[in-house]
Amino acid sequence: MKNGITQADLRAMVEPDRVRRDVYTDAELHRLEIERIHETVWIYCGHESQVPKAGDYWTVQIGRQPMVMVRGKDGKVHVLHNRCPHRGAMLCGNQSGNTGDFFRCSYHSWTFHHDGSLKNIPMMESGYQGTRWGRDNPDCRMKGAARVASYRGFVFASLAGEGPTLEEFLGPARIAFDDMCDRSPEGRVEVVPNCFRVIQNSNWKIFMENQLDALHPSVTHQSTGRAARDVEVQIEKEGGVAPLSYHMLSAFATMAIDKWDLMTTINYPNGHAALSGYMGLRPTDPDTLEYERVLTKAYGEERKEKILTTNIHHVLIYPGLSVQSPLQQLRAVRPLGVNKTLTEIWHFRLVGAPEPIYRRALAYYNLINSPSTLVNADDLENFWKCHTGLESDGGDWVSFHRHNGRDVAKPGGILESPPDLGTSEAPMRCQMQAWVHYMTAG
Amino acid sequence: MATTRKAALAAIETSGLRQAAEDFLYRQSELLDGKQWQDWIDLFADDGVYWVPAEPGHTHWDGVPAIFAEDQHLMTVRMKRILHPDAWSQKALWFTNHLIGNVQIVDQPAPGELLVRSRFHMMEVRRDNLRHFAGRYTHHLVQVKGEYRIRLQRVDLANGQTAYDYVLQAWV
Repeated sequence: MKNGITQADLRAMVEPDRVRRDVYTDAELHRLEIERIHETVWIYCGHESQVPKAGDYWTVQIGRQPMVMVRGKDGKVHVLHNRCPHRGAMLCGNQSGNTGDFFRCSYHSWTFHHDGSLKNIPMMESGYQGTRWGRDNPDCRMKGAARVASYRGFVFASLAGEGPTLEEFLGPARIAFDDMCDRSPEGRVEVVPNCFRVIQNSNWKIFMENQLDALHPSVTHQSTGRAARDVEVQIEKEGGVAPLSYHMLSAFATMAIDKWDLMTTINYPNGHAALSGYMGLRPTDPDTLEYERVLTKAYGEERKEKILTTNIHHVLIYPGLSVQSPLQQLRAVRPLGVNKTLTEIWHFRLVGAPEPIYRRALAYYNLINSPSTLVNADDLENFWKCHTGLESDGGDWVSFHRHNGRDVAKPGGILESPPDLGTSEAPMRCQMQAWVHYMTAG
Repeated sequence: MATTRKAALAAIETSGLRQAAEDFLYRQSELLDGKQWQDWIDLFADDGVYWVPAEPGHTHWDGVPAIFAEDQHLMTVRMKRILHPDAWSQKALWFTNHLIGNVQIVDQPAPGELLVRSRFHMMEVRRDNLRHFAGRYTHHLVQVKGEYRIRLQRVDLANGQTAYDYVLQAWV
């Protein structure tokens, strides 16, 4: 790809049903999309419960920018560039911790309040007298993200001063957080303080496109499904009851490939989307019944039913978040390069829900989302193969033709693939439409 | 008390127990490197657990995030997945090489039981990529029908907190 990519070039790369391979492999395009997408739109930073006390911080990458999310003494969560305005050193070298009453640079002891404003510089009066530098200079502070907002405890930042609000950006994809939080009798979740970090040797979009791809599970995860089913049967023969996590795994094999068409994809504006499908998450064991009693007490019967029948498997918040709300976990995507992507994987506890409900979701977190994953091992293998294959001159296009033209338009800019078209590639098509929109905006 | 414990450990030294523990650990690592998965699983007691903590401070495998926390049933799922003809990520040529050292018996929790601590280094080759995992094993061994079996194997990875470039498909 030559330098000087025009808007016409960008539009020509994405057709309604196919996409140029360069979109995944070209370094210059990657640089542009980091700037125009990741460093522009709302990006997930973390959950408020990651930083409960004043001075608590987590570092986070937004596009190319090392940032830090910190809790101030006033209780507010700030997102700042992790950079000293003096010589550029990062203020926080670790992933997380507590910075105390203020940030202190390890190089020359410049100090900053939690909102990024300057606290002190050693010998400031004598050192900077008669210069342009000092407390009155607006550059003499840790620069904040242009906009910070949170939705039900989930903190996002945008590096662009202008643009839709967080709620406008999320639109109906807010269901990711509503569904997760509503499942708590108190309507809120708390982070389980552990982050699994796994690197994919592939472009970030390949991951996002896989998340709602209902055709792949019975192929890619057949081996794990069969293995889990075998052992499930063995446990039953031994007179036991296999934990629900076995069922979540064995569904990959017991559900025939054509049955995956029974799911529905709901494609929201801005590239966000949801996949319906419940994988048997509402059994009638005593733990679940007790949980339902707790929810009924908190919400009443009707509202409880509405919450528990919300039919979501995955919600994608484009470009960088994959949320499994019924299991209270999410994966945040951090592009490290055109062919390298970091995923940060978190699990949340439903505040006020009985312990077994937490443990049930935890089993899924450990088996599917930990670095020893029984499932993602085969996904990551596919992602790497896709990325490497796309570097080949053997073809110029990626196909998203499946069920194209059969999507049903709903009010509010929503496109649905109706039941019996669940393996539609509509989510990928919609993501690419959002991609073109962001890449050619302004 | 300290003297008694010291004397007990000295007795272990002369009793050949440490050698028995070393033999056990060497055999386990050979089975792993040899991909003899079922024989490896059989080293665990019926209620045995293989655990790689997500955080060094965790004291029990249950109820917390874990990199691995597997009973024999889950180990069997993992083995069967690896052996399935369509386990796509298993098509790649890969192997491991374990070295075990610094073997110490640190306690005898009950008659016939041993708490063994050791250090390991595992090199993994997958296609053209090399990775290294190292850390500490803690084996709680119990006697079952005159042979040692693992009640709990705790694996503290020295590099368990770093980002994983790709994932771990088999036990460390």
